[in-house]
Amino acid sequence: MSLLHLAIVSPLLFAIFIPFFYKYFRQIHTGWFLLPLPILLFSYFISYLPETKANGAVSRTLSWIPSFGINFTARVDGLGLLFALLITGIGSLVVLYSIYYLSKEKEKLNTFYVYLLLFMGAMLGVVLSDNLIVMYAFWELTSFSSFLLIGYWYHREKSRYGAQKSMMITVLGGLAMLGGIILLYLMTGTFSISEIVPMASEIMEKPYFVPALLCFLLGAFTKSAQFPFHIWLPDAMEAPTPVSAYLHSATMVKAGIYLVARMSPVFAESGIWLWLVASFGIVTLFWGSFSAVKQTDLKGILAFSTISQLGLIMSLLGLGAAALHYDTVEDSFYTIATTAAVFHLINHATFKGSLFMVVGIVDHETGTRDIRKLGGLMSFMPITFTLALIGAFSMAGLPPFNGFLSKEMFFTGMVRILEVDIFNLDTWGILFPVLAWIASVFTFIYSMVLVFKTFTGKFQPEKLDKKPHEAPFGMLISPIILASLVIIIGFFPNILSSTIIAPALGVIMPGLVFDVHISFWHGFTPELFMTLGVIAFGVLLYTTLDKWRQIYDLFPEKLALNRFYDGGIEGMQTFSSNLTRTYMNGFIRTYLVYIFTFFILLLGTTLVWKNAFKLSTNDLSSIGFYEVLLALIIAAASISILFAKSRLTSIILLGAVGYTVALFFVLFRAPDLALTQLVIETVSVSLFLLCFYHLPKLKRDEERIRFKAVNLAVSIGVGAIVTLIALSAHSNKLFDSIASYYIENTYKEAAGKNMVNVILVDFRGFDTMFEICVLGIAALGIFAMIKLRLARRNEG
Amino acid sequence: MEILMSVLIGILFMTATYLMLSKSLLRIIIGTGLLSHGAHLLLITMGGLKRGDPPLLGEHAKNYVDPIPQALILTAIVISFGVTAFFLVLAYRAYQELGTDNMDRLRGKEGND
Repeated sequence: MSLLHLAIVSPLLFAIFIPFFYKYFRQIHTGWFLLPLPILLFSYFISYLPETKANGAVSRTLSWIPSFGINFTARVDGLGLLFALLITGIGSLVVLYSIYYLSKEKEKLNTFYVYLLLFMGAMLGVVLSDNLIVMYAFWELTSFSSFLLIGYWYHREKSRYGAQKSMMITVLGGLAMLGGIILLYLMTGTFSISEIVPMASEIMEKPYFVPALLCFLLGAFTKSAQFPFHIWLPDAMEAPTPVSAYLHSATMVKAGIYLVARMSPVFAESGIWLWLVASFGIVTLFWGSFSAVKQTDLKGILAFSTISQLGLIMSLLGLGAAALHYDTVEDSFYTIATTAAVFHLINHATFKGSLFMVVGIVDHETGTRDIRKLGGLMSFMPITFTLALIGAFSMAGLPPFNGFLSKEMFFTGMVRILEVDIFNLDTWGILFPVLAWIASVFTFIYSMVLVFKTFTGKFQPEKLDKKPHEAPFGMLISPIILASLVIIIGFFPNILSSTIIAPALGVIMPGLVFDVHISFWHGFTPELFMTLGVIAFGVLLYTTLDKWRQIYDLFPEKLALNRFYDGGIEGMQTFSSNLTRTYMNGFIRTYLVYIFTFFILLLGTTLVWKNAFKLSTNDLSSIGFYEVLLALIIAAASISILFAKSRLTSIILLGAVGYTVALFFVLFRAPDLALTQLVIETVSVSLFLLCFYHLPKLKRDEERIRFKAVNLAVSIGVGAIVTLIALSAHSNKLFDSIASYYIENTYKEAAGKNMVNVILVDFRGFDTMFEICVLGIAALGIFAMIKLRLARRNEG
Repeated sequence: MEILMSVLIGILFMTATYLMLSKSLLRIIIGTGLLSHGAHLLLITMGGLKRGDPPLLGEHAKNYVDPIPQALILTAIVISFGVTAFFLVLAYRAYQELGTDNMDRLRGKEGND
């Protein structure tokens, strides 16, 4: 196990000790013990920067199940490192923030930090695993720990609902991804991503290519809350705010982005990939920003804003795939979209993390997150207001913040896609910049709503539970750091370009040359005018928001996706419960009908299908008078049982059948059988009579069996099938009996003359032993049934 | 003879099935009794009928009937007897405790499991 492996699993190992810290150091907030770990990991991963910049990947293997090709291969390359830095960096800030956010007296901090560490370790595992199966294992662990964190306040019903919903949707995608992994393995014979990437062009020809692609995309879309799977993210806002900031803005929801970026070299040559990723992304972008404006809960706005920004990144990744078709282009003209995606990924993590923390502060200091109750907080919380302003302006894409730069690049990528003439993009590509522009206008509006409805306007102290005041300094540290990053990256974007973005792009689009240079000022380009247009329209629409807000009421509530989800879940439950109740009705007769019908159908169709019925008259023995007589007696007796009115008659008729069977044994030269049959029939009939004797007092329904057509049809079917099979089996004898061995050796080997007895106790004595066991168990069981009266003992 | 026996066995299976599909517990047990008779007769029929003397070496016959099905049937008779006896006492106890032998009333109710 190398240091790298240790770094990946260290959060998981550290989680073991959290309960001890919590139990034995109650005075100190448990978060303080935790804080050094992500900081240490962050600085450790920083040390990989030079190596990945030199276009190399560091890879360490730890054998796990080598015989299946499943090994824990940790691989640090540009993309993995970018995510690892985000996870540990924002992780440290979130832990610091949570120390001030969660009270050590009121909350169960041990479980919180254990879940958080589980999540951090799982996330590191996802982004740094080269082996797909290992990545899948960590992937599910992120779903699982996210489930635990969303349901942290498990006594609230909404938390449980949100946790369950996110679990259902992300695990659905996770399982689809597992399917995709297996399909990839079938095509390539390996689970290692770095070995699959060089085979990309061969895979495209194979039949499983498209199913595998769809499976992976389903996994990525559910995890990254893409339309229509985004519905779990707003409900996940029931989690504590540090969790929302960490999982549901900066890290976990980007696992899907990571997956798309990671699998791009494998799948992106295909037009299906480009179209699916780009169009799902752009629809999500539009729908998320459109829905964010109508939210009244601050975290609701941020949730939909996250959805929309994830859609933005996703669509850029999809369109960036076009670059793979133009690998001769030297100025990496088409890679601009992918560059924008990676750059915006970082920017989004910074401003969205700080915005969530700001919202958490507002919630913490006023007791509500409802924008209808909030307003005019600017004078009470000046620092928080400044932080919110920076974050929101960056999110809206205003200069001089980093969001402006990535939004400019986003527009550039979208506009340039018009010049691409593959996969029908020249015809339909115009949709992308148009939708992107409209979505940006809405983004501007909700960013403004977020800041100005909260911090300016009329102060409404009567609606607030607490008297608002500025947050403690410790709570402000993390958002201050993130907001400064927003500004620093905004002014000096190129500190990231060669160190982090270029190596990451090298992974997403191998074989292309990158010269990433993010410039602040492009000159008077169309993108600049698009941004100006966004601002102009955004301001116009924001100021007239109250007038056109009603358009949201036009949207029918019935068509909301949550309705589909809830209705679907409920419908499935009702359907399956109704279905089960229909066929599992509790009547033993019904189940017997199922069993017998299945028996008839299976054997009957096989007889017909295989053309198996055969009747040969070669090997038959002669018919004698006595046999015919006995057969008639049995047939008559057994049929008259059906019509017998009283139970006594049926028992006697059953006895008659038994004795006749004994006579048959006599005729068929089986003396031992005849003896046994006679004795046992006698005992059986007396037992039946015993039952009969105890019965009548209870209920004297001495009526005939009620006639039922189904019963009759089923029984005739069973009888017919048995007869047919008996006849064809007898006509199809494949080889002679092995009886000659027994006949010859009964005396020689076993010193007996009665062959049946010798077979029972000598040749096949084991059968007899266990038959004795059966009788013994039956006797003990009968004894126990009569003697043991547990129910009465409990009563007494 | 084998064809006749096959038809007879079919009749036994038919009546057994019909009885097992009825409501009364006692009739179901009668049905199982008929079913085991049918199965035993099927075993001996499929072994071939009347192809020699009884399987006793003292007879000095040229041919004996196949002894293996007889041994199998003997085992089966004893086992089915054990099961039938157990089943009958179970039915008897069920009458005592539950007061009914009607299978439709001996039915698990929802939320009662």
